[in-house]
Amino acid sequence: MTRQTSLPGLRYAPQILTLLVVLGLSASLFPGFLNVEIANGRLYGSLIDILNRGAPVALLAIGMTLVIATKGIDLSVGAVMAICGAVAAATVTTTGSALQAVALALAVGLACGLWNGVLVAVAGIQPIIATLILMVAGRGIAQLITEGTILTFTNESLVFLGSGALLSMPTPILIWITAAALAMLLVRRTALGMLIEAIGINRRASTLSGVNSGILLVCVYMIAGLCAAVAGTIAAADIKGADANNAGLWLELDAILAVVIGGTSLLGGRFTLLGSMLGAMIIQSVNTSILISGFPPEFNLVIKALIIILILLIQSPALRARLKPVRRKQGQGETSILVKP
Amino acid sequence: MVQTPTHRAQSLEASAPLLHGLGITKAFPGALALDNVDFVLKAGEVHALLGENGAGKSTLIKCLTGVHRLDGGSILLDGSAIAPRSTQDAQDHGIGTVYQEVNLLPNLTVAENLYLGRQPTRFGVVDSRKMNRDASALLAQYDLHIDVTEDLGSYSVAIQQIIAIARAVDLSGKVLILDEPTASLDAHEVRLLFDVVRRLKARGLGIVFISHFLDQVFEISDTITVLRNGQKVGTCPTEGLGRLELVAMMLGRELEEETREHGKVHANTGPVQFSFKGFGRKGRIEPFDLEIRKGEAIGIAGLLGSGRTETAETLFGIHAADSGKAMIGTTEVSLPTPRSAVLEGFGFCPEDRKVDGIIADLSIRENIILALQALRGWTKPIPRKEQNAIADKYIKALDIRTTDREKPIGQLSGGNQQKAILARWLATHPRFLILDEPTRGIDVGAHAEIIRLIEELCDQGMSLLVISSELEELTVYSHRIIVVRDRKHVAELTGKEITTAAVVDAIAGNQPAAQERAQ
Repeated sequence: MTRQTSLPGLRYAPQILTLLVVLGLSASLFPGFLNVEIANGRLYGSLIDILNRGAPVALLAIGMTLVIATKGIDLSVGAVMAICGAVAAATVTTTGSALQAVALALAVGLACGLWNGVLVAVAGIQPIIATLILMVAGRGIAQLITEGTILTFTNESLVFLGSGALLSMPTPILIWITAAALAMLLVRRTALGMLIEAIGINRRASTLSGVNSGILLVCVYMIAGLCAAVAGTIAAADIKGADANNAGLWLELDAILAVVIGGTSLLGGRFTLLGSMLGAMIIQSVNTSILISGFPPEFNLVIKALIIILILLIQSPALRARLKPVRRKQGQGETSILVKP
Repeated sequence: MVQTPTHRAQSLEASAPLLHGLGITKAFPGALALDNVDFVLKAGEVHALLGENGAGKSTLIKCLTGVHRLDGGSILLDGSAIAPRSTQDAQDHGIGTVYQEVNLLPNLTVAENLYLGRQPTRFGVVDSRKMNRDASALLAQYDLHIDVTEDLGSYSVAIQQIIAIARAVDLSGKVLILDEPTASLDAHEVRLLFDVVRRLKARGLGIVFISHFLDQVFEISDTITVLRNGQKVGTCPTEGLGRLELVAMMLGRELEEETREHGKVHANTGPVQFSFKGFGRKGRIEPFDLEIRKGEAIGIAGLLGSGRTETAETLFGIHAADSGKAMIGTTEVSLPTPRSAVLEGFGFCPEDRKVDGIIADLSIRENIILALQALRGWTKPIPRKEQNAIADKYIKALDIRTTDREKPIGQLSGGNQQKAILARWLATHPRFLILDEPTRGIDVGAHAEIIRLIEELCDQGMSLLVISSELEELTVYSHRIIVVRDRKHVAELTGKEITTAAVVDAIAGNQPAAQERAQ
């Protein structure tokens, strides 16, 4: 049941399999789907596109995974993206310094996380309600910053974050992969990961064991805010402007979905960042495939929903229990939420 | 009609029983909650049901009211057999229940609560005027004259209780079960409630009264039935029953056996390591003085809800003290949170290990190292090798039965979970360890091991505070026993004074046996 009991590959088998099926299906339908080529010192191709376009959801999913592991949820990350994008754009247009813009955007992201964390950990408000406040208010705040317009900028350093490339790899890809790697190191090379899981499974017992649950909870929401700030800055840099209305719109839901597809239970506890990253890529593969298929965009959401239902059914512990006599090995990859104490 | 008189034969069969439970048996997986219990309730009688936690009181109530199905036995109401399938069904038969937490809707009016689901209608719509009129009339029977159009939530808990009773009696009308009705009431409100109970008694209802407050039981009840470990200990008329006798029945002590010699005759004379002066928290435990010596085991005895756990929770900073001060050696310390207590070298094995102890989905290893890791801080992870070594050490030392240290702790048996939580604290090398009911719900073998361990830890110089309902056990390892009653530390027994008889005496509040502390 736990991550140690099985071969490492087996744990992510459902996610990897799903990703391969989606990519394989697209490759068979659209010749050239798997082609990758270099032009103007930058990699191009559908696979690169998936990695690139998936950056915001992947970044949000990092923070979301940790928040969900504490038995919480953060609905505000999409709105925080909009706020931070607006802050970055506003700063860069007034000061002309990309460094200042990014620093301020990240600081604002942390502040948003602090707000959520304090509401949850100190005021004891249910996470879904606590973060709903900023989800609703955040977009308004972003609009106040951009003064209702799409605030555009041309600062090349900032734009580089969204559409540049380093060693022919688009920058957003480098950023999210680095962020994910750093986050994995942070939680697994320190005791943070285990303490987060402990809080998520039984906060009271953790507190009674001397775990500083309150401060840890606040930190986790701040990490989520920071991730949203990075995602927001990239999204703004990509379109060379801050769109308070549409930046990060509904992305919190994609991030939650990525976490769930990745194999982390919404009931908190055991989490997997790698799984969430795979989840984010599955979602983006579906998005990209539908986009290049030429289906009218209206189909996009419906097809996406169908594919996601399929993925979740494959992972459903209840369904798996029914199939158990036939496929014993499959039970290994799932989180251990169903173990009744 | 078969009676099982344990203490004295009773002539309870004077009038025919209103509600008669015959050989009621209820088994849960792994435990027999009720074992062949007979229960007789007569009309116009207030029948108190007593017993410690887990004795089977609530299970019996749930069997009588259709929440649980019987595994054996039968229920007769007015002489005919019934088999209630739900609380609704029991209500239709005439058995109503009012719980400690009022099960009504605070945001509806009093009248709406009274007639919820059966509102009088006129031309298909609710006839509010008639409903309010009926409600006022109904409450007037209880001498309660209030505005029934106000929200229920705007009235005190006592009034809400009475309204709940009025509704239950109006719906059922033969048997009323009051489950801890006075737990959150003050003395005046208890009067108010008892007036209502007497009124109903005079009307010929049979009333089952469950309470932990012995004073109230003696005041209101006509008959007392005591349950222990799912079995009926006995049924006696309240009149003529001594408090001591009752406490002995509840705790399962035979009065004769209590002169047994005690194991630790010599009081611990080590240096005082922890001292608490005037330590207390309003509403939980009255200020107490407590000095704990190095290597001393202090036992805390008292009935459930008397302030045992509250004492521990205050010491450990779970409900931080609002008066007094705590000293370790000669330095004053503050204990506002569990974490601050852990940093001072305290440990706490809670009574309810499922809720407060284990992190069910984490492995045994992670559960064992959790407190040590919290103590070191998240930036200094305990290397995996060291974690394994610590876990293996305690799995072996405490004989935790498991195939694998990576197994989720939720899959272990109760006794093994308890040992793992103990291991969690031992790994931090605490100076002061609080154990709340360390042997509850674990098998005999594990039981003996934990007692042996407590003695070993004392020998190693650790100070212990042990809360237990098992008085015999307490007298074996305690250097001192503190007795709590009504949220107060009322007596302290040392050395030769420690006998189960003396402890039972002190719990019952008999003056001469134990030296009462001046309050």
